[in-house]
Amino acid sequence: MSHGELPLFYVFHFYLFGIIAIASALAFVTRKSPVAAVLWLVNTMFSLAALYVLLDAQFIGVIQVLVYAGAIMVVFLFVIMLLNLGHVSEIADARGMGWKLAAGLVGLALLAQVFALTRAQVPEALALPYGTIAQQVAAQGVIAPLAGPLFNEYLLAFEVTSVLLLAAVVGAVVLGKRRGRADAR
Amino acid sequence: MLAESLFFSAVLFTIGVVGVLTRRNAIIVFMCVELMLNAVNLTFVAFARVYGVAGQVFVFFVMTVAAAEAAVGLAIIIALFRHKQTVDLSNINLLKG
Repeated sequence: MSHGELPLFYVFHFYLFGIIAIASALAFVTRKSPVAAVLWLVNTMFSLAALYVLLDAQFIGVIQVLVYAGAIMVVFLFVIMLLNLGHVSEIADARGMGWKLAAGLVGLALLAQVFALTRAQVPEALALPYGTIAQQVAAQGVIAPLAGPLFNEYLLAFEVTSVLLLAAVVGAVVLGKRRGRADAR
Repeated sequence: MLAESLFFSAVLFTIGVVGVLTRRNAIIVFMCVELMLNAVNLTFVAFARVYGVAGQVFVFFVMTVAAAEAAVGLAIIIALFRHKQTVDLSNINLLKG
């Protein structure tokens, strides 16, 4: 995994999109307006999609744009619109100084822990030869290397996922339905 | 690029955690959870490049669970808003000791 052989173009864009993702995430957690926060989060997700493409996961990148940035975030915007939460003044957001301090300490501790974890040694024998995924994509196309395991080894999980989605749809409809005397009309 | 991906992922995850702890708007807290899921997805994709494509399959499942979670969670937020007329978490303290 030496970086020396990677083209400068690749490395530059990798860092560029990574930094855009982190900057957008910071902007996202500091915005007062929910709508602005959603749009910054969409920006983070686009940058992550670019990172996925750079990491030889083109299909995941497309799904990221379609499902996350396209569908899930639109649902968030829709709920903000539906509940009329777009105004900043209504919700005095962000907790007090004590909470912020505590959250900062927790964040620092967590960051230290995660960095300690990333230094863990994984047995070299598990690693595939360098560039295996890229070769698979070149030989079979973008989707086939992902679809193979998905519909063979992970078929049961895939089917269970469909049940999960059905349960989520039913649950969302039941929760969102109007009921009770106060607003039954 | 594995180390860089893990770095970006760790920072994004931490931003998500700090967001959950500092914000009071339920919808923004919920979006911070989505950001944490995304950070983990980046780790999966980065490892998938070195250790085989199964990581990308997992990203697929994580996205499905995130979609289901968004649907149910937003329905809960709508139900809460109907009940309390607010999504400010400091007003939603029925279970507070």
